[in-house]
Amino acid sequence: MIKLVWLVPLLPLIGFLIIGLFGKKLSKGLVSIIGCGSILAAFAISLGIFFELIGQAEKSITIDLFSWISAGKLSIPFSFLIDPLSSLFLLIITGIGFLIHLYSTGYMSHDEGFSRFFAYLNLFIFFMLLLVLGSNYLIMFVGWEGVGLCSYLLIGFWFKNTAYNNAAKKAFVMNRIGDLGFLLGIILIYVTFGSIGYHDVFLIAKNFTSGNPALTAITLLLFVGAIGKSAQLPLYTWLPDAMAGPTPVSALIHAATMVTAGIYMIARSNILFTLAPLSMEIVAIVGVCTALFAATIGLAQNDIKKVLAYSTVSQLGFMFLALGVGAYTGAVFHVMTHAFFKALLFLGAGSVIHAMSGAQDIREMGGLKKYLPITQITFLLGTLAIVGFPGFSGFFSKDEILANAFEHNKLLWFFGILAAAMTTFYMFRLYFLTFTGNFRGTKHQLDHLHESPKSMTIPLMVLAGLSVVGGLVGIPAVLGGTHFLEEFLKPVFEDSSFRLIHHLSHETEYILMGVAVAVMAIALYYAHKIYVKNKTLPVAEGEELQPLHKLVYKKYFVDELYDNMITQPLNFISNALHKVVDNQLVDGIVNGIGTSVNWTSSKIRLVQTGNIGFYIFVMVISIVLILFTSMM
Amino acid sequence: MITLLLIFFPLLAALLLLMVKGEQVKKIALGAAIIEFVISIFALTQFQYNANVQFEASYAWIRSLGITFHVGMDGISLLLVLLTTFLVPIIILTSFNTNYKNPAIFYSLILSMQMALIGVFVSLDGFLFYVFWELALIPIYFICLLWGGEDRAKITFKFFIYTLAGSLLMLLGLIYLYQHTEGTHSFNIDALYKAGQSLDAVHQGYVFVALFMAFAIKMPIFPFHTWQPDTYTTAPTTGTMLLSGIMLKMGTYGLIRWLLPVVPLGLDHWGNTAIILSVIGIVYASCIAIAQKDFKRLIAYSSIAHVGLISAGILAANVQGMQGAMVQMLSHGVNVVGLFFIVDIIQQRTGKRDFVSLGGIRNVNPQFAVLFLIVLLGSVALPLTNGFIGEFLLLNGLYQYSSWLAALAGLSVILGAVYMLRSYQSIMLGETNAVTSTFAPLSGNEKTVLVILCAAIIGFGIYPKPLLDIAEPAVTKLVEGVQTALGR
Amino acid sequence: MSAIQTVPLNWYLLLSTVLFTIGVLGVLFRRNAIIIFMSIELMLNAVNLLLVAFSSYLSDAKGQVFVFFIMAVAAAEVAVGLAILMMVYRNTKSSDINILNKLKW
Repeated sequence: MIKLVWLVPLLPLIGFLIIGLFGKKLSKGLVSIIGCGSILAAFAISLGIFFELIGQAEKSITIDLFSWISAGKLSIPFSFLIDPLSSLFLLIITGIGFLIHLYSTGYMSHDEGFSRFFAYLNLFIFFMLLLVLGSNYLIMFVGWEGVGLCSYLLIGFWFKNTAYNNAAKKAFVMNRIGDLGFLLGIILIYVTFGSIGYHDVFLIAKNFTSGNPALTAITLLLFVGAIGKSAQLPLYTWLPDAMAGPTPVSALIHAATMVTAGIYMIARSNILFTLAPLSMEIVAIVGVCTALFAATIGLAQNDIKKVLAYSTVSQLGFMFLALGVGAYTGAVFHVMTHAFFKALLFLGAGSVIHAMSGAQDIREMGGLKKYLPITQITFLLGTLAIVGFPGFSGFFSKDEILANAFEHNKLLWFFGILAAAMTTFYMFRLYFLTFTGNFRGTKHQLDHLHESPKSMTIPLMVLAGLSVVGGLVGIPAVLGGTHFLEEFLKPVFEDSSFRLIHHLSHETEYILMGVAVAVMAIALYYAHKIYVKNKTLPVAEGEELQPLHKLVYKKYFVDELYDNMITQPLNFISNALHKVVDNQLVDGIVNGIGTSVNWTSSKIRLVQTGNIGFYIFVMVISIVLILFTSMM
Repeated sequence: MITLLLIFFPLLAALLLLMVKGEQVKKIALGAAIIEFVISIFALTQFQYNANVQFEASYAWIRSLGITFHVGMDGISLLLVLLTTFLVPIIILTSFNTNYKNPAIFYSLILSMQMALIGVFVSLDGFLFYVFWELALIPIYFICLLWGGEDRAKITFKFFIYTLAGSLLMLLGLIYLYQHTEGTHSFNIDALYKAGQSLDAVHQGYVFVALFMAFAIKMPIFPFHTWQPDTYTTAPTTGTMLLSGIMLKMGTYGLIRWLLPVVPLGLDHWGNTAIILSVIGIVYASCIAIAQKDFKRLIAYSSIAHVGLISAGILAANVQGMQGAMVQMLSHGVNVVGLFFIVDIIQQRTGKRDFVSLGGIRNVNPQFAVLFLIVLLGSVALPLTNGFIGEFLLLNGLYQYSSWLAALAGLSVILGAVYMLRSYQSIMLGETNAVTSTFAPLSGNEKTVLVILCAAIIGFGIYPKPLLDIAEPAVTKLVEGVQTALGR
Repeated sequence: MSAIQTVPLNWYLLLSTVLFTIGVLGVLFRRNAIIIFMSIELMLNAVNLLLVAFSSYLSDAKGQVFVFFIMAVAAAEVAVGLAILMMVYRNTKSSDINILNKLKW
């Protein structure tokens, strides 16, 4: 099976080519079959690879395809690396990808861009698979920018809408800022190690001393890339805007897979990061700040998808916190569980939006429990998973992160638990406002409320199941588990393991768990009290808000800040350079030279009086002078 | 022999074309260009992958001055010849849309331009190089002057004088070198190399400045670029494609063949300045491109940014930078011709090319939207397009010279995305308006051209090895020579 | 001994210098085109005189051959020059060269 790994990205690519080139001529049914089928086949192969990998001793297999770029000593093969980390990501991408494809066949069934949508999705899966399969940083970069492109295409899927197009452009440009950092990081890796293949780089890096400045520079540059792609402070603003895309896109790209690429990258380069403690601290701090910051914004949003988007940013912050404190397994674990429950929540939200004929404002919803029973139950399960309700998947992964954070620095833990509390609050706020109480929408919407078709509810149920039991692969020893995931990923993180030695006693771990559960319970209680008992509603649009509330509701005015600090000045500088420097100064000098030649000749031409006598006189004088000087 | 055929076949075709009347002219010109392409492909099949000059031919020309008609190709030359012979038929095909007055003269000028361009790329004699260099200016001057747009006389005049001034500096430099050749003086390339390298660092610096100015004006590099946006905008699109797709590469080729190996020590004194100018040009032109409202002018500025990176990569004088430059020259040629053709298609149909009056074309013509997007992605250097290979290698090469300059040059990655996506959005996306709602479908010729270009963009993005392999030995040899001289 | 050598060479030199100087001054100071024209002829003939004298004294016939050439060319020149002068006179009703100052940029 492992030998067939090239088929995994190839199948979605073929799907993309068929649908992209002949989509118009194919029926919707055929497009669905090709779109979903290619991903399902890729998933099957990934599954085979996964089990083959478990069964064999060799945990890191490189498969060379062809020589891609070579110049002098630089030689970059197009080759794939199969190890526990990449095979796990293969499963997540193809598995969740398949479910979301399936869901899309229902969700997008009335859209005129049906085949285009599936072409883009397949292309996305292709690039995402390249990203995780590559055996060197440049292949990762190919996938990295490729998913950015697909994200651009899918956010702006409804391209007639200018706001959507702007959101797409913003996402691409912000990602590019990160990409530049990543690219420079890759080049620095080449300059430092003489290669950019994971195998060579890590082998050499192992012998570096901790805190080596080159490693710090490399890891910081790579982290800039991760900040862009995984929407961390300060480059997170594109992700909430990216909700302009169709909901399955938000679920697949902007929750489950693409945005976790940054985590994959750092987990992949774990040795480099472990040897750069300064970068690790920065990763952890950025992570926890993002987690907290995004969670506060999530508290006051009224758009069902925006809440989930900020929640995603916040959860990604948790993952970076985990990476920063060296809990690589914890981060990957959370990537996995988050992929389950966040995809579920987005798809559930999609189901709600579908039923609401496109409305996304939770102030117009309420009481949907009656009309969308499956959606409601699965959404509730997803919510319980994300808030870390004991026994659900999110509980185990979040607990692992928080325990590691506690061990590293108590302050990080404190902010983490604060963010977790807010998560509980806004998620249940979302749930209560959407599904309980009375319906607040229009009569027209009420008449149209309906449960989604099977193609949409089946993925919901599968994902709900995974959200509930997904945590079982990582039950910590303290709860009597074996933590299968940690064992499985051990070969990848082995070289970094010296940094992370468990000191926490079982008692401390129990206490930490207890605190986390208690905090969650308190937040849940308040959410219930406010939104169910008191039936408080978020203030309507246009009403005056409390200053603090307004600040949060307006997302701290960060978009406006960026607009004033970056976009406007850039436009101003561009115009100034164009109109003043280029046209006046640089071209002025060039034209000035021309003008000065003209001016000089206009003066010199006065010598040409046109008077023949004068000409002859000058001639004679000149001849005499020449004769005179030549005789001297 | 084959080199001579490559040079003189287009000339012959150009002369014959003058005798043809009527509609056939276009087709005959296209046929001739395709035959020329086939000849160059034949040369490629005969090419041996080593650093030697091949297909050499040498005839005494002006014996008393030591001038010979000496031509030949190594990998570097061959790649650029291939670029020329590939692009000229494409450019001729793009012109089928437009009915130019006096087609016989028009196409004859294009083909004679091709002759001069190929001559520049294969000359192995300083004087011959200069002759072809100047010869290339004449057809393009008439193309711009006779078929150009508004205000063409003034703008073409400026372009002509500006580049001519640059060429004079180059002639000065070449004559200075010639005076320092051994024995009875000679313009032969090896003699000039020897003469240049025997000079002390200061005098190499003088020659460096003289030659660099000529090439910098041709490419153009900031701050010698001001002729370029006006000329690109005013010239007929065919002329713009010739200028940006091929003629610009005369400058970069000049850097590689006639600057670095001639006066390597000049890099010590002036290399830093030259690289900094190139990098400033990248950021500067990218910024200005953002402010443009006319798509054709925007591409003109983006071209300055791209060529700045190529120049910086070459001047960094290492294998990665140089190989990147080679690939990027080809990619830029393909991409920029594609972009200008897209402008032409839009202008033909709507009569506009400013962002304000366009929009929503994607609704009417999704096929065109896809092809445009692919060309655009090549231009912003997305991985798996040809632009990325060059850009990565160039940045890599530049990084080895200076990390800060590489970071600065890398800003084009971001700014390029800004202005290109902005253009795409305002031209293609959104709702249609009165101008764009009747956007006609692509004709067969248009589709052919765009599909060929897109295939090249993606094909060489995925598998650039054939291109890299052709130039690798020659580039390695050249870089080693320069680095030995510099003592690096 | 030819008749030419009956006069000493110095006298020839002196005469031709005087003639040439008269010619130059005539060209410089007269404004009538025909006079200028005649002055030019005077200069030519001064040179001719000198050539013949030297030719005779040095017993070299080349000098006299030159003189024939100069006379032939001068005749042609006079034909063209007078034709131009005729046209100038017809157009301007004058032969004053100061009227002809249009030859400037």
